Amino acid sequence: MIGSLDSKIPSGPLAEKWTNHKDHSRLVAPNNRRKFEIIVVGSGLAGGSTAATLGELGYNVKCFCYQDSPRRAHSIAAQGGINAAKNYQNDGDSVFRLFYDTIKGGDFRSREANVYRLAEVSNLIIDQCVEQGVPFAREYGGLLANRSFGGAQVSRTFYARGQTGQQLLLGAYQALCRQIDAGTVEMFPQTEMLDLVLIDGHAKGIITRNLVTGKIEAHSGDAVVLATGGYGNVFYLSTNARGCNVTATYRAYKKGALFANPCYTQIHPTCIPVTGQNQSKLTLMSESLRNDGRVWVPKKPGDTRAPNQIPEAERDYYLERKYPSFGNLAPRDISSRSAKEVCDEGRGVGESGRGVYLDFADAIARLGANTICERYGNLFDIYEKITGENAYERPMRIYPAVHYTMGGLWVDYNLMSNVPGLHVIGEANFSDHGANRLGASALMQGLADGYFVLPYTLPGYLAGQIGKRPATDRPEFRQALDEVDARTKKLLSINGKRSVDSFHRELGLLLWDKCGMARNAAGLREALARIPQLREEFWRDVRVPGDGEEFNQSLERAGRVADFLEFGELMCIDALTRDESCGGHFREEHQTPDGEALRDDENFADVFAWEYQGNGSAAAPKLHREPLVFETVQLTQRSYK
Amino acid sequence: MKFKLKVWRQKDPKTKGKLVTYEASDVSPNTSFLEMLDAVNERLVLGGEEPIAFDSDCREGICGTCSLTINGEAHGPDHPGAACELYMRRFKDGATIVVEPFRAKPFPLIKDLVVDRRALDRIVQAGGFVAARAGSAPEANSTPIPKQNADRAMEAAACIGCGACAAACPNASAMLFTAAKVSHLAFLPQGQPERTRRVLKMVTAMDGEGFGNCTNTYECEAVCPAKISASLIAKLNREYAVASLRQEAGD
Amino acid sequence: MIVAVTGVVLIAFVIGHLLGNLQIFLGPDWVNSYAEHLRALGPLLWIIRAFLLVNLLVHIFFTISLAIENRRARPVHYTKKDYVKATFASRSMALSGLIVLAFILYHLAHFTVRVTDPRFLLLKADPLNRYDVYSMMVYGFQNPYASAFYVIGLFLLTLHLTHGTSSFFQSLGLNDQKLTPRLAAAGRILAWLIFVGYTSIPVAVLLHLLKPAQQL
Repeated sequence: MIGSLDSKIPSGPLAEKWTNHKDHSRLVAPNNRRKFEIIVVGSGLAGGSTAATLGELGYNVKCFCYQDSPRRAHSIAAQGGINAAKNYQNDGDSVFRLFYDTIKGGDFRSREANVYRLAEVSNLIIDQCVEQGVPFAREYGGLLANRSFGGAQVSRTFYARGQTGQQLLLGAYQALCRQIDAGTVEMFPQTEMLDLVLIDGHAKGIITRNLVTGKIEAHSGDAVVLATGGYGNVFYLSTNARGCNVTATYRAYKKGALFANPCYTQIHPTCIPVTGQNQSKLTLMSESLRNDGRVWVPKKPGDTRAPNQIPEAERDYYLERKYPSFGNLAPRDISSRSAKEVCDEGRGVGESGRGVYLDFADAIARLGANTICERYGNLFDIYEKITGENAYERPMRIYPAVHYTMGGLWVDYNLMSNVPGLHVIGEANFSDHGANRLGASALMQGLADGYFVLPYTLPGYLAGQIGKRPATDRPEFRQALDEVDARTKKLLSINGKRSVDSFHRELGLLLWDKCGMARNAAGLREALARIPQLREEFWRDVRVPGDGEEFNQSLERAGRVADFLEFGELMCIDALTRDESCGGHFREEHQTPDGEALRDDENFADVFAWEYQGNGSAAAPKLHREPLVFETVQLTQRSYK
Repeated sequence: MKFKLKVWRQKDPKTKGKLVTYEASDVSPNTSFLEMLDAVNERLVLGGEEPIAFDSDCREGICGTCSLTINGEAHGPDHPGAACELYMRRFKDGATIVVEPFRAKPFPLIKDLVVDRRALDRIVQAGGFVAARAGSAPEANSTPIPKQNADRAMEAAACIGCGACAAACPNASAMLFTAAKVSHLAFLPQGQPERTRRVLKMVTAMDGEGFGNCTNTYECEAVCPAKISASLIAKLNREYAVASLRQEAGD
Repeated sequence: MIVAVTGVVLIAFVIGHLLGNLQIFLGPDWVNSYAEHLRALGPLLWIIRAFLLVNLLVHIFFTISLAIENRRARPVHYTKKDYVKATFASRSMALSGLIVLAFILYHLAHFTVRVTDPRFLLLKADPLNRYDVYSMMVYGFQNPYASAFYVIGLFLLTLHLTHGTSSFFQSLGLNDQKLTPRLAAAGRILAWLIFVGYTSIPVAVLLHLLKPAQQL
């Protein structure tokens, strides 16, 4: 069905590609823009910013989100900051360096051209956000402050206390509110996308369920933009919000969009360890804490002394020991894996033994508790609320947790998937972070896509589409509506003996175990054998109370978990097929003698994009490979030593 | 730990609601309040009953989705903090806990403990923004902002939009919410051009939604999970007074 | 805002009235001459009275309409409601205000129109032929029931003012983060000073520290 993948990367030198591309892209004249209706699904940093920007440009936008307000999208929870190559610190930063750090951080599994563009527009984002009134941290002189972040040797991260995501999202939300008030954007909160509708092979509409009334509806548009975030919740426990799900992108996948690199998941090194059985989510402690905190475990396995009873000589500051030049700021995948390693050796701390210390004693002695409070006060508060411990007095306990997913729907340079008209932005696409994302880059990518990339590339598609928006009474819509309806009815009619959450928990544990921080072929095969059974049990034995024509949270979750149960399998297939280690994808079979990820550039320097072959998992998905061409950077073994 | 829960159950806006008693047993003190409710729900579902509908999303106190009044206090007894940041260790073993939705006329009930808070969005839509077209912004460091002002703006901007202020207020007033947004933008140079217009439109929208009036009881700031200070309400009053005068003067 | 402005006028009156009344401790001559001066204002006195009355009516009208709006803003009440910071005084302004209103009406009937106590008709003018306000007050307060009602009324007025005084600054936007707690404290102190000042008169009468200047 699908031929070779055309990434549509413009020709010319790396630094000029984006400018050239913009100069030669097709445009839509202002008087024609109002003739288009753009469907944007998701209202986080990517969706919110693009809906606002497209509205401002004069398009008619319909924006959908499952939350009760666009301001609650999970971008809001990002803590640490947003990168930009402003070089305000005079420490040698540049667009090229941000590009290089990002592509190296991603373990050379992303496209040069996309990443370069991201670095290039990063500065515009800071300008834009400041103008919107985002209260970034400032120096006493009134100029913007920066801090450093994992994976970089320059200080290029802009931040608003520990609530950068919140402030950037509120900036986008306020811009969106302005467009809603102006009538260019129509907002559909508490509305979940349940299917994509294709007309003559083009994405021209979606099917939604109103979560309040239960009404299932069809919406048509001239283009569909998915900004629906990542799939980290496939692991059940993650730092994602409870509602985050894969449904929109997975439904698009089932309609023919390729899913790229689903096995690339990021395990964040600094989260609060799991405590109880009932735990419903994991809480992230911003990576920025690693600027001033030192990570350590006891040298002796099974050392149960209180942290302050353990003398300096008996502590192992393992990140500083193993990676002297980056120390506690080693990239996320490396830090996470190191934590797993020391815990596997029995040196983990806390009740469960799955935790390491993040110690601020030195920083407090050096800078004073007040400075530390100013920098991280809210994080220390969160920590105390959850654990009941005061991190000013005793070191925090942290452990890695699923945080971000680099994989996503395949898109070309224009952020359009292989399905014409279907655009995918933000975490929902696969494009910019390769096999591992650096800290403070997610916010950058979401806003880059939303404010400065899609608004330029979307007209390239729209220009040929005037007057092609279908009416929603077309048979394609009818059919999709019926399918969604039938599926909903099916879920409600099973009336089995297990709750939706119990399936989700089981799937999550399985994936965390077999497809988490470290993976191997045998474990992945086990998971691949188990997931279809679990899915079969789900469709036989799940219990979803209530009915479809009402507010029904169990039904919402059931639909999402049903998709996770299919998607988890795709993830494991991808992880098994990618027979190398890279970034967040660590295959135990492939490591250097000192335990670092060992890439296989000869065989795997490409994107894996999977095509759905119909009928659940009966037919294995078909693999398409997009070779990654590196014209500018040299592929090296990542070294943070 | 063991608890007796009295939870507001109401099938839909039209049906009459009532408090229903449930038992929660075997609860670890390290369980969060919402996880305790999850466990109760799991049991209800398996017993063939409808689970308790309640809102939550991020479960780390930043998205503002959770909206419970626990023992008569918005977000429960652990201030400042959202209901999702409340842990069972805050309660005495064996305690009776009353759980109700946020109650205010502009927050119509959807089901059980879930209410519709779009009124807050509409207040922001009326003017809680800076008109800044993507692409037109000047270089970020071209306007220095004294750290003190940036910090004050940040303190006001920290509002998570949960609506606890209105839920806790004896008069169901949303002044703290509105004050936070008006103040955030009024503290910054970027917010100046629309300053007059913004406060007038936002206050009009707020009144139009049917929120009550501020009688300065300061209950809002006591329950605010984002520590928004009620002194911002004084600022809002000031902004509003000045803006009204300006409008009168035809400015 | 209108409530705040009219409120502050009324507070000013309450303070002025207190200062006038406290002259009772300086002897009959002072307070009777103070009353005579007020009376001598003639039409001006009526203008002041009318101004105060209008002020009071406006204050009451707006408060009640606000209170009605506020009640409408929460059609379904909480089964259980706890307050973390809102004081009883701040939550009961309408109620305390209405009781104070009843007190004011009684007070006017008692000492201004003088219809409640037949003994006042028996009072003679003082040696300088002025109305003997001093003796009137003393006789008035010698009735323990009347005094008790005054103390209760004043207590509610105080409660009303503990919140009302600082509230004025908040409503007019005249305070900020640093000032708010200080103004709240100052407001409370002022309110209680007013309480002490006013109640000192009936208390002094009941303790026989003040005796009538003339026998009936």
